[in-house]
Amino acid sequence: MRTISFTEATLEAMREEMRRDPTVFLMGEDIAKQGGIFGQFKGLPQEFGLERVRDTPISEAALVGAGVGAALTGCRPVVDMHFADFITCAMDELVNQAAKLRYMFGEQCIVPMTLRAPDGITKSAGSQHSQALESWFVHTPGLEVVVPADAEDAKGLLKAAIRSDNPTLYFEHKSLFPQKGPVPEDDDFVVPLGKAKTMRDGRDVAIVTYGITVGRAIEAAKVLEADGIDATVINLRSLWPLDYDAIADAVARTHRVVVAHEAVRVGGVGAEIASFIGEHCFDDLDAPVLRLGAAHVPVPFAPGLQEAMYPKAPMIADAARRLVRREA
Amino acid sequence: MANTLSAPVEGSRRELGIAMLRTMIRIRVLEEGIEKHFLAGDIPGFAHLSIGQEAVAAGTCTNLRTGDAIASTHRGHGHTLAKGTSMRAMVAELFARATGVCKGKGGSMHIADFSVGMLGANGVVAGGFGLVAGAALSAVQRKTDQVAVCFFGDGATNRGPFHENLNLCAIWNLPAIFVLENNRYASTTSTAETMKIVDVARRADGYGMASVIVDGFDAFAVYDAVGVAVQRARSGGGPTFVECKTFRARGHYIGDPERYRAKTEVEDVMNASDPIVRMQALLGDALAAAAFEALWNEARAEFADAVAFARSSPPPERTEAFFGAYSGDRDPGDPVHALESRERDRFMPFAPDVGSGSQGSGH
Repeated sequence: MRTISFTEATLEAMREEMRRDPTVFLMGEDIAKQGGIFGQFKGLPQEFGLERVRDTPISEAALVGAGVGAALTGCRPVVDMHFADFITCAMDELVNQAAKLRYMFGEQCIVPMTLRAPDGITKSAGSQHSQALESWFVHTPGLEVVVPADAEDAKGLLKAAIRSDNPTLYFEHKSLFPQKGPVPEDDDFVVPLGKAKTMRDGRDVAIVTYGITVGRAIEAAKVLEADGIDATVINLRSLWPLDYDAIADAVARTHRVVVAHEAVRVGGVGAEIASFIGEHCFDDLDAPVLRLGAAHVPVPFAPGLQEAMYPKAPMIADAARRLVRREA
Repeated sequence: MANTLSAPVEGSRRELGIAMLRTMIRIRVLEEGIEKHFLAGDIPGFAHLSIGQEAVAAGTCTNLRTGDAIASTHRGHGHTLAKGTSMRAMVAELFARATGVCKGKGGSMHIADFSVGMLGANGVVAGGFGLVAGAALSAVQRKTDQVAVCFFGDGATNRGPFHENLNLCAIWNLPAIFVLENNRYASTTSTAETMKIVDVARRADGYGMASVIVDGFDAFAVYDAVGVAVQRARSGGGPTFVECKTFRARGHYIGDPERYRAKTEVEDVMNASDPIVRMQALLGDALAAAAFEALWNEARAEFADAVAFARSSPPPERTEAFFGAYSGDRDPGDPVHALESRERDRFMPFAPDVGSGSQGSGH
């Protein structure tokens, strides 16, 4: 399989879906002329024209609102949020409109809108350009939430999001854009929503994670291997629908679980996973579930402070070691 | 302000006037009936009446095709009926019945009818602007000549989405029409207290959008102004802002004690400007008293039939609470959303017996 960057994988997904379905169009700030702040839209206007790849004013509420209106009336819009942090400027459109219309209108409509949201901690972007906000939307019925971890996910999940008849948030970590990985060339390669992927199969401990933290967990697993600890790494891929079965299987096989994400730990997706395990897999556990996430503070600017407040490979490895040694 | 009081009413204009009068009378009868049944406890939730504003709904929607879209407000019964939704489907929805247009899941504030292009009342003030911008954008993307109309009140023009979406529609020249029902009140606060301008249409100037101000008690005036706007939108001429000066003859919601205005204000305005009386006067000799009375009787019979239909309809099945949030969630074979059955199963044994609300018999 050829190797391409995460950015190229998203571009391939956009191109294939826009060729496949003329109702797919794209709008956002700085995407047509500039090609996106991470280069993730380069070349699309040349192939599809400025009507299908639209530069917009800085009007997040209007973009998401118009995305919903277009989705209700026969289009499949893809709306780029520039930075995930700016979703806050369109919360009504997303939470009160997109998420609820199908249900409260008695299923008269579908809302096939994809929201692309570059998120996460990178390069001292500071408190208002670094957040991971996915748990808010997992908590909102009516929305789907996906978080790609690598180039393969980037393509397959974006295609799945565009093809989904439900409003789907696609959280793409800014630091992942340049990373390369193997990606199928098949035009119909789609990563199914609600299905996790086992990245590594070990018997001693399971690290359940998603997004950029999958890479950090794999790094941790390599370190653990040197210590004689064999770790499973589960890449959730989508957070809603959530693959509870894959989580339960991992618990049954390893009996010890670390849940890790870059988002704030308190009230994060990890809390849902840990409580699910507590309710449904209690008898399979040999140790308490450990949750790792960012500290309950805004993301700081100074590089040293920034790097101190979210879990990376050493912290994940340490948590796994604590779980395994607890029994020994 | 356009003054059509002296316009001759004959020929096709007469037919048009009678059609709009019929719509206005149907809206009035529907809303007076809703008021009565709400106070009697037949209708749960909140309900907001547009009595006094009927000419805006009738004058606007008479210009539209079924395939054109409208987005409405929490005060949306008139728009919904004027766009073509049946009184039966509406009343059953307000009575929270399974036969309601939204299966009893929306109610007065969230009523929609996609079969006639009605994209929904909206519980959020200014919630419709984005939907209309998107529907208009969708018409451009799909290369149709559909137009989209946003109904909104003066209060909504103080919210951000109003400004963002007007600007977006203007720069993209979208086939959208913004029909403002300036009814003098935002909830319980008078417009004079919430903005420094009298003519809200001036705000359209800020976005380079064509605008017009009309007498919102005069259905002909609304019809003519919106007609120009629809033609402009269909022919690629872009969006228009139509300010209709009108009046809310009821409180913000049914049961509002209306402490914020003098009791005589409603009487004074309605005595001078009731849009139904106004249209009857405009039609003058063209409409016999018997024909006028017949329109009322027809509307009353239609409403009585709708209430009987609602009363004979069951409330939604209790299990309905757990379906409909996601496309695919009714399909047990759906590999994605079948997962959510885990959530539903958790509640099935414990669902309290409140599915029928105030309507008595349950499951």
